[in-house]
Amino acid sequence: MTIQMEKVCKRFPQPAGKELSVLEDVDLVIGEGEFVIILGESGCGKSTLLNLMAGLLPLSDGEIRVKGTRVARPHPSRAMLFQQPSLLPWLNVEENIVFGCKLRGEKENLAVRTAQLIEIMGLSGFEKVKPHELSLGMAQRVCLARAMIGHPQILLLDEPFASLDTITRSHLQEELIEFWMVEKFTAVFVTHDIDEAILMGTKVVLLGGRPRGILQAYEVNLNYPRDIASRGFFLLRSAIIKKLRESFDGRQEG
Amino acid sequence: MQITPHLFQKRLKKPGPNGRYVMFRVGYALLGIGLFIFLWVAGGYLVFTRPGYEQFSGFLPVPTLEAFRGLLFEDQFWQSVWASIRRVIIGITIAFVLGLPLGLLIGFYEKLQLTTYTPVQFLRMISPLSWMPVALLVFHSFESAIYFLITMATVWPIILNTAHGVSQVNPHWVNMARNQGAKDYQLLMKIVVPASIPYILTSLRLALGVAWIVLVPAEFLGISSGLGYIINDARDTMEYDRLGAIIIAIGFIGFILDGSIEIIQRMFSWNVA
Repeated sequence: MTIQMEKVCKRFPQPAGKELSVLEDVDLVIGEGEFVIILGESGCGKSTLLNLMAGLLPLSDGEIRVKGTRVARPHPSRAMLFQQPSLLPWLNVEENIVFGCKLRGEKENLAVRTAQLIEIMGLSGFEKVKPHELSLGMAQRVCLARAMIGHPQILLLDEPFASLDTITRSHLQEELIEFWMVEKFTAVFVTHDIDEAILMGTKVVLLGGRPRGILQAYEVNLNYPRDIASRGFFLLRSAIIKKLRESFDGRQEG
Repeated sequence: MQITPHLFQKRLKKPGPNGRYVMFRVGYALLGIGLFIFLWVAGGYLVFTRPGYEQFSGFLPVPTLEAFRGLLFEDQFWQSVWASIRRVIIGITIAFVLGLPLGLLIGFYEKLQLTTYTPVQFLRMISPLSWMPVALLVFHSFESAIYFLITMATVWPIILNTAHGVSQVNPHWVNMARNQGAKDYQLLMKIVVPASIPYILTSLRLALGVAWIVLVPAEFLGISSGLGYIINDARDTMEYDRLGAIIIAIGFIGFILDGSIEIIQRMFSWNVA
């Protein structure tokens, strides 16, 4: 499922009657089955862009189309994974995973699919556990299972691993890539971590500047699993850092 | 983001091993009870042994406690207890049936909240007992008038706390549910209501406290059963030991009712990961 963004603008009203422009004229096409990383510093509007794609926020200007259809509201075919695991504390792991399917009345093969996902996500034995007994990493696995159970064509990830420790994070990064290679969904992954971006993405889109927009997009032509010590990785990393620095310096002078 | 009602937050900070903590709590609870009895004895002897006050010596601990023991074997007392509790339960149930949906809607729809804010705050500040003459005019039986008074006293805390609970629902849960395709009524039933249960229970607990306070004066009027009635009766017959004993009984029953809701609250409190 391709996502097409044309002249996407987002402005937030400010108390003094002014408007804060967060995104201006963002043009981006995300192809089917791609794993696109939106990379940028905190506050550069990358989460906003993701929320716009999800349909959780209305656009100020421009258009976002998914497979030709305009995005107007949230839809389960575009599942979202948030930075903080948003599990419902009164439901156990299994009940949390099937929450969305139950809402939508998708009962077909639900038990089989749930069991599969619990197995894949390494949650076996935790089916009846309540969220507050889970570690952050486990909770995020449950969220991923919940997002994936409805076979979404697009998975939107808003810094999902940012609050995890390094070791858990690298496990989850690998698992997510493996999962993506099997399920072949389109992924849009927001992060501020350059290494994470190059490790996972087929394409890295650099967001920043003033007004906020796309600075540059990089194709990542490295095979999975990627080696952080490889030459290709290093070159791309240097290029991204250089670009970010340029944009930062430009802003200082301007 | 954490949503933990402040009532439960304190319980999370347990110093030392659990067993020791229980002892620690029980110790201080006993200290409080001891202090209470001491103040009663000291205050009672200071006031009711003075010349001119001897007739009130029934309020002293010993006669009161003896009368209390007598109460426990008295049919009229137990009938009154039951009559009073029944009135509170009926009154709160009516208030709950009216207040819960109203509170949910007010918390859920901002426009409704803005519209209802002023009238609700206005009505809330009217002492429930000032409705008494109105209640007596409108309702033919005293019994219904009392239900009305208790409902008027308790519906406000139920509405306000429920609405507050709804406004405190974690926005991530709402976004997640919307992303999963939840419709408005599903958001309400699957996210908002379960997330508000701790606040709803708090509202019930507050309502119970208010109801129990309003009940006794409400039972002063023209009714021939209930704790308010027998306390008034004891005053008329100048049985001050009995009067003291009924005061103790009112406190006890209120304490037990409140404690039972607290236990339910604990069952529904959850830690947010």
